[in-house]
Amino acid sequence: MQYSGKNRTGRTIRLIIMIVVSVITIYPLLWMLASSFKFETDIFKNMNLMPNPATLENYIKGWRGASGQNFGVYFKNSFIIIFFVVLGNMTSSSLTAFAFARMDFTFKKILFAVMLVTMMLPFHVTLIPRYIMFNNMGWIDTYYPLTVPAFFATHGFFIFLNVQFMRGIPKELDYAATVDGCGPIMLYSTVILPLSLPALASTAIFSFIWTWNDFFSQLIYISDPLKYTISLGLRSFMDATTRSAYGQIFAMSLLSLVPILIFFITCQRYLIEGIVTTGIKG
Amino acid sequence: MDGKTIPQTPINITPRHKSKMRQLWEKNRYAYLFLLPWLIGLCVFTVYPVFSSLQLSFTNHDLFRPPAWVGLSNYVDMFTDNKRFAKALSVTFRYVLMGVPLQLSTALVLALMLNRGLPGLPVFRAAFYIPSLLGGSVAISVLWRQLFGSQGLFNQVLSLMGAVDLKNAISWVSNPSYSLYTLIILIMWQFGSPMIIFIAGLKQIPYELYESAQIDGATKRAQFVHITFPMLTPILFFNLVMQIVSAFQAFTPAFIVGGGRGGGPLDSILFYSLYLYFLAFSEFRMGYASAMAWVLLTIIGIFTAILFLSSRKWVHYES
Repeated sequence: MQYSGKNRTGRTIRLIIMIVVSVITIYPLLWMLASSFKFETDIFKNMNLMPNPATLENYIKGWRGASGQNFGVYFKNSFIIIFFVVLGNMTSSSLTAFAFARMDFTFKKILFAVMLVTMMLPFHVTLIPRYIMFNNMGWIDTYYPLTVPAFFATHGFFIFLNVQFMRGIPKELDYAATVDGCGPIMLYSTVILPLSLPALASTAIFSFIWTWNDFFSQLIYISDPLKYTISLGLRSFMDATTRSAYGQIFAMSLLSLVPILIFFITCQRYLIEGIVTTGIKG
Repeated sequence: MDGKTIPQTPINITPRHKSKMRQLWEKNRYAYLFLLPWLIGLCVFTVYPVFSSLQLSFTNHDLFRPPAWVGLSNYVDMFTDNKRFAKALSVTFRYVLMGVPLQLSTALVLALMLNRGLPGLPVFRAAFYIPSLLGGSVAISVLWRQLFGSQGLFNQVLSLMGAVDLKNAISWVSNPSYSLYTLIILIMWQFGSPMIIFIAGLKQIPYELYESAQIDGATKRAQFVHITFPMLTPILFFNLVMQIVSAFQAFTPAFIVGGGRGGGPLDSILFYSLYLYFLAFSEFRMGYASAMAWVLLTIIGIFTAILFLSSRKWVHYES
């Protein structure tokens, strides 16, 4: 296709619309960034994106946190939980996906349908019995309710993501491996697992981001401020801070987003592949 | 060998005298070994809780005293006597029915524009996708509370245009008429992830379709109506189901913007999940909250059923 004059005008208009929309979407974040370096009195006085004068005071004061814990504790706690959730999701969903994607067994169709239904199930339906169960086990105010379920592939999305990816690996490899004398366990560990690393990367990144952002389950299971995660810490900081400390709230909110942004910048490819594989081939 | 099974040995020599049970065992043992963690999790963390919560919904369980059977009274109370429940339903319905279509139509329009090729596409895609990643966090809800506060960015922009006077500007989050709309803007802001799915769907439409349409002299608009949109309907359907299911369960923004103590000004952002949370974990009315969970499951079930049934009429599937 040749670009006619009309086409070029259309292109320019589209480009302008894109620029306007991206400025609107990103501006709130930039406003938060700028405000976190401003003195309290300047934040709501002007919407200037350049803090003038600039200060680091919000970060220094804000880091001390509320209820006796500083933000270092919250970051550390979130990372501890995430380590186990990521590990659990990766191992359990990969094993389950292998069975669904590469093996034949009785009740396969029914079980796969059950797995898809659990993906759509609102969490409220299991919430209260789970809480009672964890309460009876003495697990309230521990990290177990947040981490243990991950080792049992309770997140259907991750199974689905790995299944979709493993289905794309050529079937001939299975036959070749079998001819070479591989049983299913060898086939999984030497052929399929190494080839499905991109799907596992997406699993890890999404587990990280969702657990980092999670608020609800941390809110109901954790009550000791020493065990607060970044979500809980930020919330209690917001409650405890007086009206005049918006700069600190912005500074700490922004810091809490930094790990996600780092993941986004370094692993954009896996993130986008992750949503595309689950969204498209379904 | 039927081509689907993974043979245990290169030459399948299943002797005829092997019993059915034994064949079944040999076919399944490895698969179920791989499935074991998931099956345990399914029973312990999903199937048992689902039935247990149904049972609890007919009781007055409060975590401390032994529960008593109350029959349907939790359900009856909800629909006849509980004004806050009615409020929560209406708030949530308005949020879902306005927020999801606005979010998806923004996603679709931008996907169509980006797909026609623009310089700097990765930059735009990144700028649009970041809100989807951050949107669920406490930090963004905290930001939203300030953004739409009386002296927030939103009013600052309005005052630049001369629409409001900052000295006596209203706070959009504390005004019962507007607070819900700030959260609808928040869900709309997260259009990036459905947009990326739309773009991927657009890329899968075979180019030959457009070529032959051009030869037949079809206008751009006709191409959109007869090629692009029908080919995109499966993706639209997927996005619609997923976003509706997740919007019904929204919690964090309403909790944080509402200040964590109630449903915001005059319960104007009392999301269903928020009300359920207060009942279950502030008042410990676990039985009642379980009944609410089942009502929500039914509502989501009805919505998905309607979508699936109607999909035969408007979703285009390639044979």
